[in-house]
Amino acid sequence: MSALLFSLIVGLLAACGLYLVLRRHSFDLVLGMTLLSYAVNLFIFAMGGLKIGATPIIHAAGSDYADPLPPALVLTAIVIGLAMTALLLALAIRQRQQQGDDRIDRDEDASC
Amino acid sequence: MLSQHLLILPVLLPALLAALSLLLGQRLALKRGLALLGGGAMLLLSLTLLTWADQGAIQVYRLGGWQPPFGILLQLDRLSAWMLVLTALLALEVQAYAAVSDWDKRGAFFHELFWLQWMGLNGAFLTGDLFNLFVFFELLLIASYGLLVHGDGRARIDAGLRYVTLNLAGSALFLIAVSLLYGLTGTLNMADMARRVAQAAPGQWPWLRSAALLLFIVFALKAALWPLNAWVRGTYAAAPGPVAALFAIMTKVGVYAIIRVYTLVFGSASDAGSGLLTPWLPWLALGTLLLGSLLALAARSVRGLAGGLVVGSVGMLLFGFAVATPAALAATLYYLPHSTLAVAVLYLLADQLQLRRDAGDVLHAGGVADKHLALLFLLAAVLLAGLPPSAGFLAKLWLLQGLPLQAPGLWLALVLLAALLSMIALARAGSALFWQEPSGNWHAARPGTLLPASALVLMALALSVFAEPISSYCQRMAEQLLLTDAYVEVLR
Repeated sequence: MSALLFSLIVGLLAACGLYLVLRRHSFDLVLGMTLLSYAVNLFIFAMGGLKIGATPIIHAAGSDYADPLPPALVLTAIVIGLAMTALLLALAIRQRQQQGDDRIDRDEDASC
Repeated sequence: MLSQHLLILPVLLPALLAALSLLLGQRLALKRGLALLGGGAMLLLSLTLLTWADQGAIQVYRLGGWQPPFGILLQLDRLSAWMLVLTALLALEVQAYAAVSDWDKRGAFFHELFWLQWMGLNGAFLTGDLFNLFVFFELLLIASYGLLVHGDGRARIDAGLRYVTLNLAGSALFLIAVSLLYGLTGTLNMADMARRVAQAAPGQWPWLRSAALLLFIVFALKAALWPLNAWVRGTYAAAPGPVAALFAIMTKVGVYAIIRVYTLVFGSASDAGSGLLTPWLPWLALGTLLLGSLLALAARSVRGLAGGLVVGSVGMLLFGFAVATPAALAATLYYLPHSTLAVAVLYLLADQLQLRRDAGDVLHAGGVADKHLALLFLLAAVLLAGLPPSAGFLAKLWLLQGLPLQAPGLWLALVLLAALLSMIALARAGSALFWQEPSGNWHAARPGTLLPASALVLMALALSVFAEPISSYCQRMAEQLLLTDAYVEVLR
């Protein structure tokens, strides 16, 4: 049951993120990317198996332990995601300054 | 004692040099000196590692001394060393060009970002851990975002926003694929993963295959395989000249990752992975190759021409990989540095045209009266069109000879057609630029601006002059890649 709830939440976050990423304003894009990265982080977390009340180390008493590696991976992903969001925001702000609005669907001819 | 730690230096040294460069602040002359010295040291280091790797054993560096498969592993095989040397050759020249053309003056932190990108590239080539590969991908991408918008300007910011968005989406997929693989195999070490994929129960195969294909989408996006390559031309055209030249290796990182993961983790040893790419990848790669030639033919500027050829070269490389014979793989690995160096030359020449001509690097806007530039363009065109005696010609010949007997004849026809089209595109661009009445203002060159491009041309020529030792190295490299047992052996 908890696995079903968890996967529904991941799916919902990813769907919302994807919808926002495909919109035509850079503000929506940044929000969408953030939601998408939340979905991905939760997904990584789930890949270690969903356990409640288990310790993250192997102990002599039994084999019921939570995998400590996915949280470490998620931490790395969060740090990278934070930096990326900041960079995306900086670029979006710069573009808004130069362009006057935050539309990102204009096809500028790059004269290739 | 020291030689044991040599393996981590390609990652540590650029990080250190980035920090040193930052400490130098506004003293550009010192930064340039540091760039030159450091770049030379990196080249020497890479060559040392190449000779080391060519002894045949796979060298391993255990970060933190963890017993594999725990902890992160750096591994050096012939392919890693090959990519390190290529990166060093290209980056050294590009750095020199950025200094002589004053590109590094047009914004802050050019050298620092450059070193960080170099570190990311080297790390990606050395790591033996799939998640660590993701981290190094992000490192090199973050630095590339900064380099792409170096010098500011509306076109660059626009291109930057798109490039960052695209790669963020790619990173999200990368994480999903890697964590899916972790969930299925319980490991992130590539060699260990290879072992577990080979032992996987048939019930797990559909999952493993979906994860493998998800990962392929990510690498194909970085490598610019059709249909995931609409971003390449615009991004590279908007980038500052030297950065575009450095980016010539960025698509090759994607190609490297594909070769690494799909020979090792989902190689021939695993039933789950075998036959995953072979039915369709040759066709997709040939489509990319043809598309690249057509883009080159339709180009209105030298940057556009180079962008088309970048796409085409990726198609050629992935075709050689997808054919999956040892000879074709060796030919592909021989073609890889050739195409990278030659495309970089074209981007450097395009930048010279942009800096010195009123009409920029637009093709049909009057002639250019500069003998040196014309000669370099001619040489670059010979290299890129794959005319003899260039390494491009040898590599293609070798690759076509390496095709399996039952290969469709259409493959051969498409490769030759693409070569013909790109030759026409290059000849047309050359005559539009250099066989016209000179017109418009033409600024004199700053001294030494053509030296880095000339050096790159010489290196590309050296690939065919020393074809015998280099191609036999490529052969050993392909053999090593296909014997996955040796990689798993290292874990014990």
